[in-house]
Amino acid sequence: MTEIGLGHYLTLGAVIFSIGVIGIFLNRKNIIVILMSIELILLAVNINLVAFSIYLGDLAGQVFTLFILTVAAAEAAIGLAIIVVYFRNSGTIRVEEIDKLKG
Amino acid sequence: MAHAIFFYIFSTIAIISAIMVTASKNTVHSVFFLILDFISISCLFIMIGAEFLGMIMLIVYVGAVAVLFLFVVMMLNVAQQKNQWFSGEQSSKHIPIGLIITTLIFLEIIIVIGGWKYKPEIFDINNSIAQSNISNTHSLGQVLYTDYIHVFQISGMILLVAMIGAIVLTFRQRSGVKKQSYIKQISRERSEGVEVLEVQSNKGVKIDD
Repeated sequence: MTEIGLGHYLTLGAVIFSIGVIGIFLNRKNIIVILMSIELILLAVNINLVAFSIYLGDLAGQVFTLFILTVAAAEAAIGLAIIVVYFRNSGTIRVEEIDKLKG
Repeated sequence: MAHAIFFYIFSTIAIISAIMVTASKNTVHSVFFLILDFISISCLFIMIGAEFLGMIMLIVYVGAVAVLFLFVVMMLNVAQQKNQWFSGEQSSKHIPIGLIITTLIFLEIIIVIGGWKYKPEIFDINNSIAQSNISNTHSLGQVLYTDYIHVFQISGMILLVAMIGAIVLTFRQRSGVKKQSYIKQISRERSEGVEVLEVQSNKGVKIDD
């Protein structure tokens, strides 16, 4: 057991970020899980900001974590509203069946 | 020592539950693991000294966002749609590219962290928040409402726009639903409601309807 430093927290943030990216790439069934993966990515960013803020002694990181929290909440609300409207119109939210935009 | 033990416990729980969020077959279970992830990360925040953010994280994420996810998952009835990773035939072509890109991103971040770790003189530590006589919440409030007041108000505007947007997106006018209309009720006149008829005796009245 060594001393827990900044590197440990940054590694934790990196692992959670990578798990979020994997979730976006590999989940081809349900678009709600993709939204949850985006939440995981924002959580990893928050971990990094708070760790830097504590270990470097600057309070700006925590302030911006607060703003990232705000934007993440707004993004989740809008994304879920779009999903509800899409489900009402087309009856499915499976990722491989959402091809209205021909992307 | 205690710091190390609690860090490893909470981070292990956080990583395992993050894996379970993406790998779980049932979407409701994914939301529950997301809640567990947020709780353990907020425990880490409280432990490291950012108590206010840990509590806000509990309130905002566990209290609002995760419950929102749960509502949507249960209303849309998608919990039965299995989201298997590796068993779908069409999805198999995404897996190698996804794994490669994710591994590359992870390695890049680790390289950056290594740079921070092995060149520690980059840290220019000025302990502006090291005054231990005021709490974390107190010092955050002192900065938030003075230096960052404009960003704070802009974030309030973002929340307002998100709220209006969500209401406008999901609002729908149903046809065939009887509603009470106060204007129509108040503006009724006697002439359109009551009709006076001359009734002759022993004849009765025929009302056309």
